Amino acid sequence: MTFALSTERRTHASDPDPRRSLGSAPLFVCDADGPRLLAGACGACGKLHFPASPVCPYCAADGARETRVGPAGRLELYTTVLRAPPGYRGPVPYGFGVVALDGGLSVVARLTEADSSRLRPGLPVELVVEPLFTGDDGRPVLSYAFRPAVA
Amino acid sequence: MTPVYLAGVGLHPFGRFPDRSVTALGAEAVRAALADAGIGRGGFQAAFCGTVYGGVAAGHKVLTALGLSGVPIVNVEAGCASGGAALILGATAVASGRADAVLVFGLEKMPRGIIRSSFFEPWREEAGLAATPAYFALRAQRLMLESDVTLEDLARVSVKNHRHGVANPHAMYRQAVSLDEVLGSAVVCEPLRLLMLCAPNEGAAAVVLSARPASRAVRVAAAVLRSHLSGSVLGEHTPLGGLTDADVPTPTELAARAAYDEAGVGPRDLDLVELQDTDSGREILSAEELGLCPRRGGGRWVRDGGGEMGSRLPVNASGGLLAKGEPLGASALAQVVELTWQLRGEAGPRQVPRARAALAHTVGRGANACVVILAR
Repeated sequence: MTFALSTERRTHASDPDPRRSLGSAPLFVCDADGPRLLAGACGACGKLHFPASPVCPYCAADGARETRVGPAGRLELYTTVLRAPPGYRGPVPYGFGVVALDGGLSVVARLTEADSSRLRPGLPVELVVEPLFTGDDGRPVLSYAFRPAVA
Repeated sequence: MTPVYLAGVGLHPFGRFPDRSVTALGAEAVRAALADAGIGRGGFQAAFCGTVYGGVAAGHKVLTALGLSGVPIVNVEAGCASGGAALILGATAVASGRADAVLVFGLEKMPRGIIRSSFFEPWREEAGLAATPAYFALRAQRLMLESDVTLEDLARVSVKNHRHGVANPHAMYRQAVSLDEVLGSAVVCEPLRLLMLCAPNEGAAAVVLSARPASRAVRVAAAVLRSHLSGSVLGEHTPLGGLTDADVPTPTELAARAAYDEAGVGPRDLDLVELQDTDSGREILSAEELGLCPRRGGGRWVRDGGGEMGSRLPVNASGGLLAKGEPLGASALAQVVELTWQLRGEAGPRQVPRARAALAHTVGRGANACVVILAR
């Protein structure tokens, strides 16, 4: 399913999932295939961007189409955030890094592994979608992160 | 194009001033620059004010407080390069002949700690992606992975800039630190330690640009602002640049190339440089991007004493942002003030002998890089 994202849809009686997702526009999906990031794919220049936008930020062409990216990638850079940065309501410490996803998209993302001694450049990682904090309405808020891939 | 001269410069020291408003900081710097230029009301035809957190009409408030309003006033935001962007607008106004003289100033009063920035959308904040020092840390790690830069090299940069800052009465931190002290300071985001990061703080700087050469004429030989190539400016993968941009030139490289071209000089012709050292990794990367040392040669450059006072090309003789702190809107103009003093021979104990050409560099959010070259 694509997680309901606007307030209206979130509170709809038929909403099958009591959780909500981060943000006001779809960032990720989680269905039978597992979690995927929703990226934009430009038909004109072929580049991927994230989050998805109808306008390609690289070449300004309209009509970029939404495409699912992930879950596999490789960790390029990483560090550990020890204290909560502005606006963050999840647990600390947490890992933070750049992941190159299979398919040619690099993203900056939270890592589930906060101990950087257990990480290394090139480490295979996989996308996960999980509750990050409890929203003001008492419902868990889902976010995405990467964890070391299970061999 | 009309040549542009620095007719006057002024500074409010960088630090923390809980009892002074941001308007008061700006007013002190402006008053000093106007006195230095020997002009007052009616002596300039436009004003440009760089600030990020100053709020609505920040520049107007300063000029009103001094009884100097009545000219067009433009407030300019370009992240860490805000003051540089304001300078470029002012220099363009003079060079084009639209103005005979303009006032350019920058001011800031920032909270302690990690800067909250509307740059990050709310969902990025909630996701934990607004961790500014973490981006610096990733960039430093990349530098270490892709070249022979070591943790000790990062510490050496901090030691150098703090040592330089001892001689600068306008710096916030005026105490030398040892390599062990830097390495032993608290880890903020691996590999960066507390003493490898600059502190957001408060301050102001001002310059008067004029079409008429002053008696101690320092000239704006080039003033260039460049942004990242399309797609990368606000892209998820390069929110601050320098992370995954291997296949495109960086904003600093683009700005430096254009500025060297405009001034007709190269790195070898420079006598001193003030460059963006938000963290010590940034100083090394800046030095590489500006062509002060070879690409991926920054570690060697640091170990060989590159940038030290007394070396061929002193870098951040003022102490840089590491010693001064970084009031966003003021930092780029404070570099220009420092370099003007240096080129006039008025820098006192931190004077670089016989300085004739100097470069100032800032780069910030939105991937705006500003390079200014001054000459006398």
